[in-house]
Amino acid sequence: MTRLVVGPFNRVEGDLEVQLDIADGRVSSARVNAPMYRGFEPMLAGRDPHDALVIVPRICGICSVSQSVAAARALADAAGVDAPPNGAHVTNLMLACENLADHLSHFYLFFMPDFARPVYAGRPWHGEAQRRFAALAGEHARAALGARQRWFEIMGTLGGKWPHTQSVQPGGSARAVEASERLRLLAKVREFRAFLEATTFGAPLEDVAALDGEAALARWQASDPLRGDLRFFLALADELQLQSLGRGPGLALSYGAYRQPDGSFELPGGVWDAASNAVQPVDFEAIREDATHAWLAGDAPLHPRDGHTEPWADRPGAYTWNKAPRLGGRVVETGAIARQLTSGQPLIRDAVLATGTNVRNRVLARLLEVARVLPMMERWLASLAPREPFFRSGRMPDEARGVGLTEAARGALGHWLHVQRGRIANYQIVAPTSWNFSPRDATGTPGALEAALEGAPVREGEDTPVAVQHIVRSFDPCMVCTVH
Amino acid sequence: MNVLWLQSGGCGGCSMSLLCADTADFPAMLKAGGIELLWHPSLSLASGRELITLLEDCRDGRQRLDVLCVEGALLRGPNGSGRFHLLAGTGVPMIDWVRDLAAVATHVVAVGSCAAWGGISATGPNVTEACGLQYDGDRIGGLLGAGFAARGGLPVINVAGCPTHPGWVVDTLMALSARLLQADDLDPLHRPRFYADQLVHHGCTRNEYYEFKASAEKPSDLGCMMEHLGCKGTQAHADCNTRLWNGEGSCTRGGYACISCTEPGFQDPGHPYHQTPKLAGIPIGLPTDMPKAWFVALASLSKSATPKRVKSNATADHVVVAPAVKKTRLK
Repeated sequence: MTRLVVGPFNRVEGDLEVQLDIADGRVSSARVNAPMYRGFEPMLAGRDPHDALVIVPRICGICSVSQSVAAARALADAAGVDAPPNGAHVTNLMLACENLADHLSHFYLFFMPDFARPVYAGRPWHGEAQRRFAALAGEHARAALGARQRWFEIMGTLGGKWPHTQSVQPGGSARAVEASERLRLLAKVREFRAFLEATTFGAPLEDVAALDGEAALARWQASDPLRGDLRFFLALADELQLQSLGRGPGLALSYGAYRQPDGSFELPGGVWDAASNAVQPVDFEAIREDATHAWLAGDAPLHPRDGHTEPWADRPGAYTWNKAPRLGGRVVETGAIARQLTSGQPLIRDAVLATGTNVRNRVLARLLEVARVLPMMERWLASLAPREPFFRSGRMPDEARGVGLTEAARGALGHWLHVQRGRIANYQIVAPTSWNFSPRDATGTPGALEAALEGAPVREGEDTPVAVQHIVRSFDPCMVCTVH
Repeated sequence: MNVLWLQSGGCGGCSMSLLCADTADFPAMLKAGGIELLWHPSLSLASGRELITLLEDCRDGRQRLDVLCVEGALLRGPNGSGRFHLLAGTGVPMIDWVRDLAAVATHVVAVGSCAAWGGISATGPNVTEACGLQYDGDRIGGLLGAGFAARGGLPVINVAGCPTHPGWVVDTLMALSARLLQADDLDPLHRPRFYADQLVHHGCTRNEYYEFKASAEKPSDLGCMMEHLGCKGTQAHADCNTRLWNGEGSCTRGGYACISCTEPGFQDPGHPYHQTPKLAGIPIGLPTDMPKAWFVALASLSKSATPKRVKSNATADHVVVAPAVKKTRLK
């Protein structure tokens, strides 16, 4: 058996190291290390609760709006305020803008460039992969970067800037939208739709969103095999058997995405279990964080409501700055694939029942989500009522507790807030990649990525195995959120 | 001119902001500006061993290094060991990598307020002992020390902001590439003057409300946010309201106060961010270059002269009273 320490991983957000034990050309065991500590939770203690709206987005430059939304919801929950419908729609528009941009960045900048690597020279698709996706050079990657730049102008209007807006408020949005601005925003959404339909999908978004199973997907792909980057990816994934890489735990978690003014979700959440192909409601009381293998103090696993974060750099047996979140003691996977499973998208359900959550299906789920969500944004824009309120005032009591839940691009994000004597007494954050890239827990059970890496092939002489890179990046990890 | 970009104690948001640079073809813009990315965490192919080899080559002089960009604070803790960030795959503290690479780079650029001063990463108890490359808050020093000058002769160039504006970074790199950035192009805090010699107040769309002290009382109100909502736009150095963000944005245009994120120490203002600290009803933080007596006199005069339109609109989220249409030609 040999041991390999792999890192730094780039094209993930933040720093990441993976320690691999290798036997007979395959990974036999993996340990995931988030090698940086930042300490946002202690930073927040003792401050005015509203300061969270400035500090929390700065946990992450790529999930910034998602962090803002979680904080605003925790504050709203504690203060008992509710945003007016316009505020809910604008919040969802900003969340969706960020989430779709993140999916685009993941596909074109973070994930696909690996297929242009020399290791794949000679594969039938390699030349085309280089032409489309080579880092800093690929034609489609460059076009996607341009489309992303235009797309984020939605955030310029609604949020003042991206990342790190403070327009997301517990009582809605600080930025009211005029009727003429709504038209301009709609034009921006349609411009991005045109890019996606021409370059990413080679098809109308509605056609992609309506695919209802692997058979329909195969017919759609065969109809025009090289048209659009999704079809190209599917062909490449098939040739490389990417569905056999990086199998997840079979339990998928979503808190529900894009909450509507009536309290329903555009993408309903829950816990999807592969064993039953059924969704159960999330038991929020069953969430625990276990610090056994983290360089953090703490003995028994704690609910985030009662959690604390204190560095212990010499903790015996520890190998990461990330705690191990568990749901009822079990490892879950979160992200776009979880949202598509819990909201019952038939193609993703079919794909996952056939081969599990894996490298191919995670990427497919993300692109399918793009096709589903953009038309929702068009509807939310149409639902805005200019000249009706976008914000409602509230008052934070001196003693309060609040929970803020949302879906970031990378999955379920929760903030737990405790206010005492008008100040933040405790603030705990459980980020999506905390779930996906968790270390072992007290029972020794590995986290989702750690388990997904077991069995990954390692070629002769590889020091940074390409299969490991595909698996790691298929989760679209955000390490800066993880090491908040 | 080649550029190596490293990240440490930060959120990665300055890189994400950079990718919003106002261009239809980002790689082509860099190339046309004479900028070659030796490596960037979000954009480059090299990973793991390939990257470590590149860093070693730079450190040991086998690879020329023109510009070292550092994003994120430098984490010196615990107890000066730097263990709060060991660069993955190397087991070596990031602060050691940065010291070694800064010593061989022609220019060193701090991208964002974390790398410049410590920023948000240094707020509160600062358990991680976060600091900037050449400043620790507003005190010169930081990781590299007050006396540091890069091989090209300049101190660390502080492209401060949280996040930085992509234009500030691109303009700085293009100016370095064209040899157009000299010591006197930096302000006393070593920020490029082209953006730091402006105030956020310049070009603020709320200026009429400011003139009449017609103030917003809650988020989404159109009025000036200086009196009640904590806005520091009249004090903060940056061109945010003349060089807009993501198309047509800025903090004040997005409906919220400027928190002076380009200034050292902005993370610990000593008051809740969303409230203006006052003494006897007068904001403590007065507009830059304005004597207090003048401000008080002007404020009371302008408050007494506020037009009804401006007063009404200041506490609404849309224009409730439109400007009068004059029946004669404008004189």
